[in-house]
Amino acid sequence: MSPASAQPLLAIDDLHISFPTPRGELRAVRGISFQVEPGEIFGIVGESGCGKTVTGRSILGLVPQPGRISGGRIMFQGSDLTAMSQAELRHLRGNRIAMIFQDPSAALNPLFTIGQQLLGIMKRHDPGKRAGHLDAAVSLLADLGLPQPESLLDSYPHQLSGGMQQRAMIAMALAAEPDLIVADEPTTALDVTIQAQILDLLVALKEKRGVTIVFITHDLGVVAETCDHVAVFYLGQIVEQGTAREIFKAPRHPYTQGLLAALPSPDAGQDALKVIPGSVGDMVGDGVGCAFAPRCEFRMPHCDRQTPTLMPLGGQQQAACFLYDEIGEGT
Amino acid sequence: MSGDTLIDIRGLTVEYKTSAGLLGSRSQRTRVLEDFSLQLERGATLGVVGESGCGKSTLANSMMRFVEPIAGQIFFEGRDILALDRRELRGQRRQMQIVFQNPFSSLNPRLRVKTIVAEPLITHLDLTPAQLEERIIELLSEVGLNEAFMRRFPHELSGGQAQRVALARAVALNPKLLILDEPTSALDVSVQAQIVNLLGKLQRDHQLTYLFISHSLALVQHISDYIAVLYLGEVVEYGRQADITRAPRHPYTRALFSSTPQPDPESGRERIILEGTVPSPKDPPGGCRFHTRCPQVMELCRHKKPKAHATEAGHWATCHLLDAELESLQGVDAS
Ligand SMILES: Nc1ncnc2c1ncn2[C@@H]1O[C@H](COP(=O)(O)OP(=O)(O)OP(=O)(O)O)[C@@H](O)[C@H]1O
Ligand SMILES: Nc1ncnc2c1ncn2[C@@H]1O[C@H](COP(=O)(O)OP(=O)(O)O)[C@@H](O)[C@H]1O
Ligand code: SF4
Ligand code: SF4
Ligand SMILES: [Mg+2]
Ligand SMILES: [Mg+2]
Repeated sequence: MSPASAQPLLAIDDLHISFPTPRGELRAVRGISFQVEPGEIFGIVGESGCGKTVTGRSILGLVPQPGRISGGRIMFQGSDLTAMSQAELRHLRGNRIAMIFQDPSAALNPLFTIGQQLLGIMKRHDPGKRAGHLDAAVSLLADLGLPQPESLLDSYPHQLSGGMQQRAMIAMALAAEPDLIVADEPTTALDVTIQAQILDLLVALKEKRGVTIVFITHDLGVVAETCDHVAVFYLGQIVEQGTAREIFKAPRHPYTQGLLAALPSPDAGQDALKVIPGSVGDMVGDGVGCAFAPRCEFRMPHCDRQTPTLMPLGGQQQAACFLYDEIGEGT
Repeated sequence: MSGDTLIDIRGLTVEYKTSAGLLGSRSQRTRVLEDFSLQLERGATLGVVGESGCGKSTLANSMMRFVEPIAGQIFFEGRDILALDRRELRGQRRQMQIVFQNPFSSLNPRLRVKTIVAEPLITHLDLTPAQLEERIIELLSEVGLNEAFMRRFPHELSGGQAQRVALARAVALNPKLLILDEPTSALDVSVQAQIVNLLGKLQRDHQLTYLFISHSLALVQHISDYIAVLYLGEVVEYGRQADITRAPRHPYTRALFSSTPQPDPESGRERIILEGTVPSPKDPPGGCRFHTRCPQVMELCRHKKPKAHATEAGHWATCHLLDAELESLQGVDAS
């Protein structure tokens, strides 16, 4: 399965998303491009506020109000989502793209049983085969490692633990057999032992059912353990991308390097952690120059005047940093 | 414990009133900590790690007397905090401060940073306005904030800055003990690293003793001298950080290790995936409390509570697997 040979399922091209604010335009997503191959888990990682959720929601046509897509294209199976009508987007969400959220209560209706909700989705998706739905729902829940799926169908969301609710939400996302799932921090609210169960499950879904997942998280460890490709976000831009192996073995962008060095580890003993000085900048305004420059230890004079774009570094790895300028020109 | 003991918790038992039955008609008592004992060495960091609901915050809140335990003692330099009356407690609180996970909920949104940091100084010390101002500036600079921050309101601070203000206030009266209840859980990785380093510096400068609570084993390993692993209100393993890191003995500790995602796709370590979830403390399993999820559960575990076994000096775990190991070490027939 060489990723280069496959036609991308999703291709985002120079996407811009902005929100009007009293202080001016907040540019939450600033010209990002990436491609997701069928059957892979594509990770989007970055600190809070860097534009992960807004990007994820844009793939479902759900950019939160009063935001808007101010440029670029989102090509899904060959058609541009940004040019679709609300009706077309609704159809897409019900059948081909689904979303999993951090908070299951956002997706589960407290007034209906898991069964009512799950069967509702299945009927809407495939009204023809009425009889098979119940069996399909039971086997789906069983596949997701939920004990006693029959009785679970009669349970209300509040009767389930956090991990079970998360599984129930994944079941709903899978019920319409979508081609793509956008999972926004699906394990962030869970304990580590439950997180391990859910990550295992998502990887199994990819491997057994060929599900394609865009996986959004702030946790570098989670990305390393689940994703095939990774895009590192900083202030609404992708600063580095490549295969998970490439990025974690040899991070090239100073921000990625800084993030990894800032992680606590027992081996580091109690020596001071390496720190990225300062804090993430402001998304309002145009921001000339490298967005990471104010915090970068390698900052050069032209980093403030020009904005670096992603430069190839060999393999599939790319970084938006002038340190690699010459390599970029050479290839 | 080798060094000088600052805190000695003995047989602590805490219950919460919870409702049960139809529409909560019956009131029931849930025992969240039971016969809980733990010591803190002066000047050291004890990391307490465990999953949500295992009783970490209950422990912290009992030490602060925000909740009243039904049994046990908490000795602070030999004096039982639980036996203090209101007045004595007020004096005692100068010696121990707590910092919470969400810095914004612990800072009064209507007060400026200056007033927030001044509050404990005004309550407990008799300073002139000039001395007060000088002390506030000094405290802010200790946590890496300049004078300009004095005039800000909490909503004008980032999460990391707000946590710095909370720390400045916490160390204002030179306490001996700082209880840190998930102080970095709400922060980004890069900001977490700044706060973790700041905690190290404050500890050295003020000879502070830390009780550091977290659900992140990696963070606890990084920051602690000693680690206590909690499961359903009980310490299942305790020891020096290095001993636990090198040779975790309890199956739950091992599972926590292997569940923590590593930023290294080639780590190739074995993964232990525990089944199910932590049972409710309203109805804890008999025998070993971990037996419903333990990958190594034996028949014995379902009805007999394991005892604490020391595996090396100052390192112990409560698990029946260690009974067998010890017996075989001693050459006793296990059957
Ligand atoms: N005021 C309360 N009334 C009733 N039950 C409570 C109360 N506070 C806590 N509990 C219960 O006591 C148990 C321990 O709670 P505690 O807050 O100490 O857990 P924790 O280890 O700090 O968890 P977390 O990691 O989620 O902060 C939980 O089952 C919780 O639901
Ligand atoms: N509904 C909204 N209205 C205004 N600004 C928003 C809205 N949603 C997100 N933003 C802004 O867009 C930026 C990116 O947000 P988000 O995608 O949620 O970040 P992440 O998911 O990476 O934490 C932030 O500056 C955020 O404040
Ligand atoms: S472009 Fe310059 S400032 Fe930006 S990350 Fe690279 S070296 Fe640092
Ligand atoms: S006593 Fe038994 S159930 Fe408990 S941790 Fe040890 S082996 Fe597992
Ligand atoms: Mg988000
Ligand atoms: Mg807590």
